[in-house]
Amino acid sequence: MAILEETKLTRNTAGRMVPEMVNGRRQVPYLGVGKNRPAGNQAGPPIRTADDYPADGDKRVVDLETALRKCGLRDGMVISSHHHLRDGDRVALMALEAAARIGIKDLVWFPSASFPSQKRAIDLMDSGVIDHIEGSMNGPLGDYCTQGKMRGMGILRSHGGRWQAIQDSEVHIDIAVIAAPTADPFGNCDGSRGKSACGSLGFALADSTYADHVIAVTDNLVSFPCVPWQIQGNHVDYVVTVDSIGDSSKIVSGTMQITRSPDRLRIAELVALFLRDAGIMRNGFSFQAGAGGIALAFVGYLKRMMKEAGVKARFVRGGSTKYLVELLEEGLTDYILDGQTFDLDGVRSIASNSRHVATSPFTSYNYHGKGNFASMVDAVVLGATEVDANFNANVVTHSDGRLLHGIGGWQNCLAAGCTILAVPSFRDRMPVIVDEVTTLCGPGELIDVVVTERGIAINPRRQDLIDAVKGSRLPFRSLPEIKAEVERICGGKPQRPKRGDRPVAIVKWVDGTVLDSVWQVG
Amino acid sequence: MSSRIEAAAKHVGEAGHSGQEIRSDVQVLIEPRQLGGIDIELESRVKPYYGDAIRRQAEDVLESLGLRHARVVIHDEGALPFVIAARIESAARRAGLGEGTRVLPNRLSSLAPSARDRMRRSRLYVPGNEPKYFINAALHGADAIILDLEDSVHPDEKDAARVLVRNALRAVDFLRCERMVRINQLPLGLKDLEEIVPESPDLILLPKVETSRQVLDAVEKMAEIKAIFGITRRTWLMPILESALGIEKAYEIASASDEVAALTFGLEDYTADLGVVKTATGAESLFARQRVVNAAHAAGIQAIDSVFGDVGDVDALRTWAVNSRAMGFEGMGCVHPSQITVIHEAFAPTAAEIEQARKIVAAYNEAQEKGLGVVSLGSKMIDAPVVQRARKLMAQAEAMQLLK
Repeated sequence: MAILEETKLTRNTAGRMVPEMVNGRRQVPYLGVGKNRPAGNQAGPPIRTADDYPADGDKRVVDLETALRKCGLRDGMVISSHHHLRDGDRVALMALEAAARIGIKDLVWFPSASFPSQKRAIDLMDSGVIDHIEGSMNGPLGDYCTQGKMRGMGILRSHGGRWQAIQDSEVHIDIAVIAAPTADPFGNCDGSRGKSACGSLGFALADSTYADHVIAVTDNLVSFPCVPWQIQGNHVDYVVTVDSIGDSSKIVSGTMQITRSPDRLRIAELVALFLRDAGIMRNGFSFQAGAGGIALAFVGYLKRMMKEAGVKARFVRGGSTKYLVELLEEGLTDYILDGQTFDLDGVRSIASNSRHVATSPFTSYNYHGKGNFASMVDAVVLGATEVDANFNANVVTHSDGRLLHGIGGWQNCLAAGCTILAVPSFRDRMPVIVDEVTTLCGPGELIDVVVTERGIAINPRRQDLIDAVKGSRLPFRSLPEIKAEVERICGGKPQRPKRGDRPVAIVKWVDGTVLDSVWQVG
Repeated sequence: MSSRIEAAAKHVGEAGHSGQEIRSDVQVLIEPRQLGGIDIELESRVKPYYGDAIRRQAEDVLESLGLRHARVVIHDEGALPFVIAARIESAARRAGLGEGTRVLPNRLSSLAPSARDRMRRSRLYVPGNEPKYFINAALHGADAIILDLEDSVHPDEKDAARVLVRNALRAVDFLRCERMVRINQLPLGLKDLEEIVPESPDLILLPKVETSRQVLDAVEKMAEIKAIFGITRRTWLMPILESALGIEKAYEIASASDEVAALTFGLEDYTADLGVVKTATGAESLFARQRVVNAAHAAGIQAIDSVFGDVGDVDALRTWAVNSRAMGFEGMGCVHPSQITVIHEAFAPTAAEIEQARKIVAAYNEAQEKGLGVVSLGSKMIDAPVVQRARKLMAQAEAMQLLK
């Protein structure tokens, strides 16, 4: 693909300037929550026949390069990979570097998320092997993109949005490369066992069903059948065995750290108290909290309050951690519905406890399906880098415009009954509550509560929540009030950093429309 | 040429901290020059947002300090304006400049002065040279915040901490917390008073007090400073007894001055002085703590217990605090915000105590209405001190929002 051409910009319904064409494909600008009606049929992979596959089920080939050649790898193809091995993943780079050795150019790398340890992808972009990345970027890859060095434009999607894009034919995956902690020669894959065990493989499910070709790469080959299997071998073309698919010390952490910052602990406690006082914490309720320091501490506070009140959850949504596993094992929740598994306790639990269930972006998050779990969750606790006075939030860029985080399930989770952003009101001297967010990732109409160390702001659109907490002694305040206080502390409003006028990436909304642009910095 | 560089190098002043792991602080280097005006080199993690503001502030502060020619290197880690001003002032002073000039940030409107017998269940220690802990200290609900200039500050940093704490007293909103400062042991503490007293803290903690003379020295110094600045607002004293001799002189110290509002105890130093090991039950300090309680009550002031050092052990803290209240203490020190709630719960009157006090007060009021000299509840006669204690407990319960 050619170096980013002049692209026409248009103003979307949220008032953000977005490109009309991205990597040669026409885009639909964001129209508002629930306004973009999909039409037509889903994508479908080519029809295959068992005649073309070994009758004995043995799909092994000697190495990844051979597998890629057999899949017909060509210039400009889309190669997908997945982040269930997180920062420990070796498979994605293995595949991309094998493609480089073959002499392939202009690939689109379509990871479910990229990680700092994959920074060698920069060399592959410099040398033209990769044209651009469609998937979350942070650290060195994020900087590379925001500095405008990537040739094609980056596309950032939520986990649910990634499924939607594959299923709706926005992205056609030519070859999916799936890292499998355990697999059999037929291609059945499981993530709960093996030396590189990581828990759920849900991120790779869409790729396994919609890609033209699928390669499973494992460092723990077992004889057929690999039971249980989360990826069905019937979707898999080739199986490759390697010494190691990942650095186990980075795949899962021993124990995720609860924050020790008094301010963040206060935020976590206020979130839990809010759920209690608003009556959301009641028998049979459900919640989701991620693996950030505040979210982990929140689970600890909520657990104590649940015990005091004699209340039990029906299900909690992971990213599972030791703290959710404890809730399950102490009978404080009936189920963990787990999107990814963050620590060793989570891996142990998902492998051994039938009430700890692996889910996928399809079941959890996909907006273009017949419903999904996200909207059935009573409360979700999320982070953000910035929020404006109308509850619009940013989760991908730092206030200077650099890419900082992926979207993850964040956008999808906004569908919950009560969406809570748990954020400090300022970091160092940087206000988090701002006049205008640098990058719009979540429309304010879907964000219900912002909890900061200086007070709790309920979205005025949620009169029901405002009524529910009448009589509570918690420190409720308006966002503008907290914002004014923070600006006084910080010595005035911050200057607006200069941003470039060239978009280097776009942020998709859960329905595939373009919500905002990320602009070149520096 | 080289001798000029050396001469200049002697006067380089540096203050503050920077580095990857430093937050909310700033490092300032001032190299005075003969000519060339002010040359500011600024590095800051918030430069895109506050770079101009930091430069403007630095120029203003330097001008107030009378600096016309200097190279100024500022390495900022997101420090708030009151910190930036303090660090520039400290660097200038260390460079031998700006002597006697205070560059004061705007003062927030101050609350009413604190009452001598104000509720002092919890006092949260904040290290005096660590600005990142100042900013949100008051949010955790302690009755008091102590900005500490003593043990938590390195001897080489006393001057910088003093200026920082002074600025914090003006610019940081400590909400409803009593604003306390722990100064250094006298005579170093007298220098602390010169910087701190003009900002009218509510209470000064005097460490390692062993004689009433030390209290009076502080009282006299404070009176002198207040006279110069025309300050009439009260600043209370809380002597800390943390040696065998101090404990022996407890009553003398407690009753040394009307400015003394409370007496407290330093467990670490006391056990070190005795050469014994701290135990979970505190048997080794039982006498000393009882002595503090008794001397304080004899002098008509509050007895406040030591800090509890093991932040991780909430259960042990709770046990200690419950026991502490039973002994007659009215509060404790906290080294981490997580201790505050536990201490408040432990020092709260129980529901049964509140109910009993309510009955006693009601019986007293009824007797007063009927003009009876003798108050009785059921078959029991109630003495005046009992009524007084019941009223105090009800007032406490009210202040702690325990009354329905």
